[in-house]
Amino acid sequence: MEPFVTLTAPAVPLDIANIDTDQLLPARFLKKPRSAGYGNFLFHDERKPGFPLDDPAYAGARILVSDRNFGCGSSREGAVYALVDGGFRCVVAPSFGDIFAANAAKNGLLTVTLPEDVVASLRRQLQATPGATVTVDLPAQSLTGPDGRALSFAIDPFKKDCLVEGLDDVALTLRHRDAIDAFDRTDAERRPWVVPGRG
Amino acid sequence: MTAQPRSLFEKVWDAHIVATRPDGQALLAIDRHFLHEGSFHAFGMIDHAGRKVRRPELTFAVADHYVPSHSRSRPIADPEIANMVTMLEANAGRHGLRHFGLHDPAQGIVHVLAPEQGLTLPGLTIVCGDSHTSTHGAFGALAFGIGATEVSHVLATQTLWQRRPKTMRITVDGVLGPHVTAKDLILAVIAAIGADGAAGHVIEYAGSAIRALSMEGRLTVCNMSIEAGARAGMIAPDDIAFSWIEGRPFAPKGGMFDRAVEHWRTLPSDAGAVFDREVTLDAADIAPAVTWGTSPETAVPVTAAVPDPGAEADPVRAGQMRKMLDYMGLAPGMALEEVAIDRVFIGSCTNARLEDLRAAAAVLRGRRAVVPGLVVPGSVPVRMLAEAEGLHRVFIDAGLEWGEPGCSMCVGINGDLVPAGERCASTTNRNFPGRQGPNARTHLMSPAMAAAAAATGKLTDVRKLGVS
Repeated sequence: MEPFVTLTAPAVPLDIANIDTDQLLPARFLKKPRSAGYGNFLFHDERKPGFPLDDPAYAGARILVSDRNFGCGSSREGAVYALVDGGFRCVVAPSFGDIFAANAAKNGLLTVTLPEDVVASLRRQLQATPGATVTVDLPAQSLTGPDGRALSFAIDPFKKDCLVEGLDDVALTLRHRDAIDAFDRTDAERRPWVVPGRG
Repeated sequence: MTAQPRSLFEKVWDAHIVATRPDGQALLAIDRHFLHEGSFHAFGMIDHAGRKVRRPELTFAVADHYVPSHSRSRPIADPEIANMVTMLEANAGRHGLRHFGLHDPAQGIVHVLAPEQGLTLPGLTIVCGDSHTSTHGAFGALAFGIGATEVSHVLATQTLWQRRPKTMRITVDGVLGPHVTAKDLILAVIAAIGADGAAGHVIEYAGSAIRALSMEGRLTVCNMSIEAGARAGMIAPDDIAFSWIEGRPFAPKGGMFDRAVEHWRTLPSDAGAVFDREVTLDAADIAPAVTWGTSPETAVPVTAAVPDPGAEADPVRAGQMRKMLDYMGLAPGMALEEVAIDRVFIGSCTNARLEDLRAAAAVLRGRRAVVPGLVVPGSVPVRMLAEAEGLHRVFIDAGLEWGEPGCSMCVGINGDLVPAGERCASTTNRNFPGRQGPNARTHLMSPAMAAAAAATGKLTDVRKLGVS
């Protein structure tokens, strides 16, 4: 996974709450292999005239600033593939679907959670000055909008480490193999009914 | 020294911690891993890394998302869809996993099949690459949906890194009125707390109205926890759960069952357990519900009118309401009971169990549907039990189609789509734009309400049809 450290890029505002993963990646594309180019499927059915992602003023956007509950709904990781393959590295919103946010972190897509009024102000600035850039500094946990104000954001330290270092967490987990083996041995005695067919 | 009172969630969480990091992340042991056709990305990841499935005996593959609802004797016409079904079989076969395929007598939607087969048990940690995995919490399991990379992690390690979620208790006391179902209850919860109201939380549903629900009703409630943004939903296991489990094919037997029940009885939240957030609802206030917009949080009593964005003070929120009304083809102030529908769908992991089909059939017995519709049972066993009771005859005589089990028109990827611009009364869980097909308009409701809409051709308060 590509590490995420700092990013300065144009940002595109999307004034829509509850953007679900069906909108990000319509279900009919779920059977496509990743090599099919998931970026082409991003917001496929929302691409109507006036949709900000198609506005040339926001060309080259790598940061998406949206509204509450971004990425709610289905657990499809393809929604993250569509954003990443479509060029995005960061989404800013007042809240995220939990599964989406977990999937994003596994694919080098940073989700930044900021208060609702702060995110609304960012969207207004981007609407007023289309093509303006936003800077994200993950180690410093800081985001700077078009108005030059540095905003600090919270992030889970584990998620931050994985993103900054581009870690594959299976490799990390396998360092705990002895603990997993020990858990399994103890649990087999404590709850023998867990494995079907042993009872 | 008295132990600190713990909630059901805390007991299950604590019992599965394999390791913790100084930053608070916990490595959780996973007891059940369910896979469906969408797992091909995850198999690709472990195959690419040369990893094996660590616990094949805890891993189960189920064909549900892409299976056709037409007769199983006919081949799947679309080669890309057929490939999804055969790819799952090949991946399961190569890794030695139990596979419930297209022709298996237990086949069904994974969230219907697993409880029915006795794979879902109290106190287990259960994951699946599907957000409606929250369903299994109805038995007091900690069950949640994960993405493809996490699926590959569970395949390889039978564990997951998780941060301990917050807890929320939703207490619903009182008695639900006539024709007010578990579906109406959970829609009322989502409308009350919002589509992200439980983000970062595990919900425990409690109170007399929850305890009075059948297992089927509890599964419906926990199923839609994700539509309130919850990580998972749980209900304390009790005798209703234990007797439901006993004797099912994969459930523990004999002395082992007794030993398991003894343990399961220790799981309910202790008196004095503390939750990060408490929400209470009165069952008597809950009415048969329908949604008017493109988020489940837009559920309202069917007797209500379409809301007016003009009355909304926040301009962004008003704009979002207008966008939803535009998509749904509705005008502010219109009575919902006057909204004409084009078709009905009765099915999905939310509402395709025997009790759901009985409720729909009770409305349609002796009536004709005035719009087309599809009824898809949740599993082959549900289908057979329904047929033994003659429920299929009720649906067919009413003019509806009776399908083979699967996810079908809830997500539309097997080819069962609501045509663009059509309005569907649906017992499913999501009314998102395009969910049932591009430009399809979905109104969520209970099976009895969908059946009532079929009979009248518009959104209908089932209480007014005189069904006993």
